[in-house]
Amino acid sequence: MSRHTILRFLQSYAVLIMIAVLMVALGFLSDSFFTLRNLINILNQNAPLAIMASAMTLVIIAGGFDLSVGSIFAMGAVSSAWLALNVDPYFGLLMAPVIGLALGTVNGVVITTLKVHSFLATIATSLIFKGIAIVLSDGKLIPVRMDEFTWLGRGKIGEVFIAVWVMIAFAAILTFALNKTVFGRKVYSVGGNEEAAILSGIRTNRIKIATFALAGLAAGLASAIAVSRISMGQASAGTGMELQAIAAVILGGTSIYGGVGAVWRSIAGVLLLALINNGFNILNADPFYRDLTTGLVILAAIGISAGGRK
Amino acid sequence: MTITSAGAPAIRAKDIGVSFSGVSVLRNVTLDILAGEIHGLVGENGAGKSTLGKVLGGYYSASQGELEVFGEKATGWDPHTALAHGVAIMHQELQLVPALTVAQNVFLGIEDHRWGVLRSTEADRLENLMRSSGFSLDPHAVVADLPIADQQKIEILRALARDARVIVMDEPTSSLSKGEVDQLHDAMRKLRAEGRSVVYVSHFLDDILAVTDRITVLRDGEQVATFKTGETEKTDLISAMLGSGKTETPYPPKAVPVRREIVLEAKGIRSAEGAQGASLSIARGEIVGLIGLVGSGRSEIARAIIGADAAVDGEVILEGAPYATRSLAASTDRGLVMVPEDRRKQGLIMTMPVRANMSLPHLKRFSRNGVVNGKAESKRAAELIDHFAVRPAILDGDVSNYSGGNQQKVLIGKWLMENPKIVVLDEPSRGVDVGARQRIHEAICELATSGTAILLISSEIDEVLGLAHRAYLVDSGRIVAEIDPDENDEASVLAALFHYQGAGKMEQPHV
Repeated sequence: MSRHTILRFLQSYAVLIMIAVLMVALGFLSDSFFTLRNLINILNQNAPLAIMASAMTLVIIAGGFDLSVGSIFAMGAVSSAWLALNVDPYFGLLMAPVIGLALGTVNGVVITTLKVHSFLATIATSLIFKGIAIVLSDGKLIPVRMDEFTWLGRGKIGEVFIAVWVMIAFAAILTFALNKTVFGRKVYSVGGNEEAAILSGIRTNRIKIATFALAGLAAGLASAIAVSRISMGQASAGTGMELQAIAAVILGGTSIYGGVGAVWRSIAGVLLLALINNGFNILNADPFYRDLTTGLVILAAIGISAGGRK
Repeated sequence: MTITSAGAPAIRAKDIGVSFSGVSVLRNVTLDILAGEIHGLVGENGAGKSTLGKVLGGYYSASQGELEVFGEKATGWDPHTALAHGVAIMHQELQLVPALTVAQNVFLGIEDHRWGVLRSTEADRLENLMRSSGFSLDPHAVVADLPIADQQKIEILRALARDARVIVMDEPTSSLSKGEVDQLHDAMRKLRAEGRSVVYVSHFLDDILAVTDRITVLRDGEQVATFKTGETEKTDLISAMLGSGKTETPYPPKAVPVRREIVLEAKGIRSAEGAQGASLSIARGEIVGLIGLVGSGRSEIARAIIGADAAVDGEVILEGAPYATRSLAASTDRGLVMVPEDRRKQGLIMTMPVRANMSLPHLKRFSRNGVVNGKAESKRAAELIDHFAVRPAILDGDVSNYSGGNQQKVLIGKWLMENPKIVVLDEPSRGVDVGARQRIHEAICELATSGTAILLISSEIDEVLGLAHRAYLVDSGRIVAEIDPDENDEASVLAALFHYQGAGKMEQPHV
């Protein structure tokens, strides 16, 4: 292999390499790291974020940004808890993704009809959605202690949590959609060159709306899992998750300029962030250094993938 | 302010040559721009006139030869140094900040300030500058609200504010009305009267003849001749632009269309983008050319017919039936496609592999229930790669690394994937190598022989004459004449275009 191909390889798989390095290091430093329980726990804890990052991948590939998924998460959390208490627990869990889908569609329609950058539009809708969640919950916690509600976040099928299965299924469906379907092709084309996509007869606005709708759906689904797990709905849920999701997508190597990327990359990005956290926990390291370390790792990953590119 | 005495050379260019990524676009140009002279640069599209202008202004660096500016050898010649030596360039696309005022734009970068805090002296400074130069504009008007002619005056004032002694104007009249052109010419004369020089790059020969002192003609990157304007006729310029004894690759023989069965007819097409009532028709197996100067509305007419732009008036009859609500997807379904002129911006998606690029407009055909049928898609893409001899011949090749010629083959292949009945080709061989050009020409003839109707748009008149059965001349968004390519040569076509160009311009409303 020439130096150039090695560099290309490193750039493409930077995130996997860093995960491998981190896993080996943590395995040496702690006996408890390579236990099935620890690994499943990492996945389980991060399933909601991984679901959101998977859908965020499509938004970013199509050339957009969604800063409102944290607030859609809050809306999902509050409304599913409220519906579970006042209507039916199963209905509550079901409605979180439905509401997410609706709010995501609103995002897409606002962006394409007003022709504003998604960055700006979703900052605005983010505040609106969060505001509605606060009003709906009256600023209070909504506890839901029913087995019919908590199974989604706490139950297991075999050794593995239901939440992990949901995440795997969701990521697999999106991967299939991106790689094998007409919709996937159109998503890549919209982010790669919108004018050429339009001239190819693609209704690019519809594709953009669909990616935001999916991001909303994912945030709703993630909130259902999280609320069910902690058996509590509140408007402050999901705060900051939009930035974590975007960080994971970019960390995985999906291009911030659109047109290039993959769902597995974002899952890997989530895992990398999760491993850093997990390392601090099992090593009993000073948590004051956590943000600093995370920031440095993100910077390193970005540096590797940008290195040599002109 | 020191002005060199009239007649002495302001710029001497010796053996200037320019290459872009190994391709030579300008060779051995030697000329003097005299102080107090308006010097015209003319030539066909791609002859190198703009390139030369940009070399003088420091935007392109010459790969050979040297420049001498006011007696000093120019080293490290870039826009900044050029300006410092009194050479300014006015681009075709004006480089103004639309949200700022006239005065702010004129003094952009040379603001009067104390410790970084602006002093509000701009309006006064501008008044002084306008008094001495004879231009008048409202210093406080916002640039975005002004007509283009006024914006050009701002560019000139901006050059004067930096005491420019040579101003290169690159195609300054392309979006001006007749009255505005006259204003600009007056401005040039004022500059000349002050002993300043203007390098006037344009493809409007009448404009060049009206105002210049000398004219340099370029052809295929080489300097043909420098004329004294007073002793020169338009026909002299045209024959110099064309030259004699062209060494072109031969065009494939024309096959005569079998039946004259009209497949596409357009009547009085108008669009906001620039079609101004165009009517044309194309028969099965026929190659019809659209010839016009840059900005004549060739592409815009085609875009309005195919549904890329919304037509505001006119009708299209496709295979005998009216086709009223047009969209790109509907046109593709009906076998009417257009290969756009700019493969990077409008044609290919550089982040997608070859196969996915080709099938993008045809996903409906290559899919079932929304899932792409990779086998059928690969089979058809492989056929096209083979047909056009695309190199490298890889189905999922990274198209962004392909040469211009191979990208163009992929782009044409993309639009031929579903065997369309009518194909619009906009600049099909622009910026491609000789081999690809020949293959593309052969493919166009093969398509016509197989019964496809072709509308060929090209700024290379020669290409249209060599390939088309019939050709329309286009000016100001309308068809002004129909010609037989076999009974015309480049000179007669060019002369006709310049003839109609004058006529079209007179009719344009004064803005």
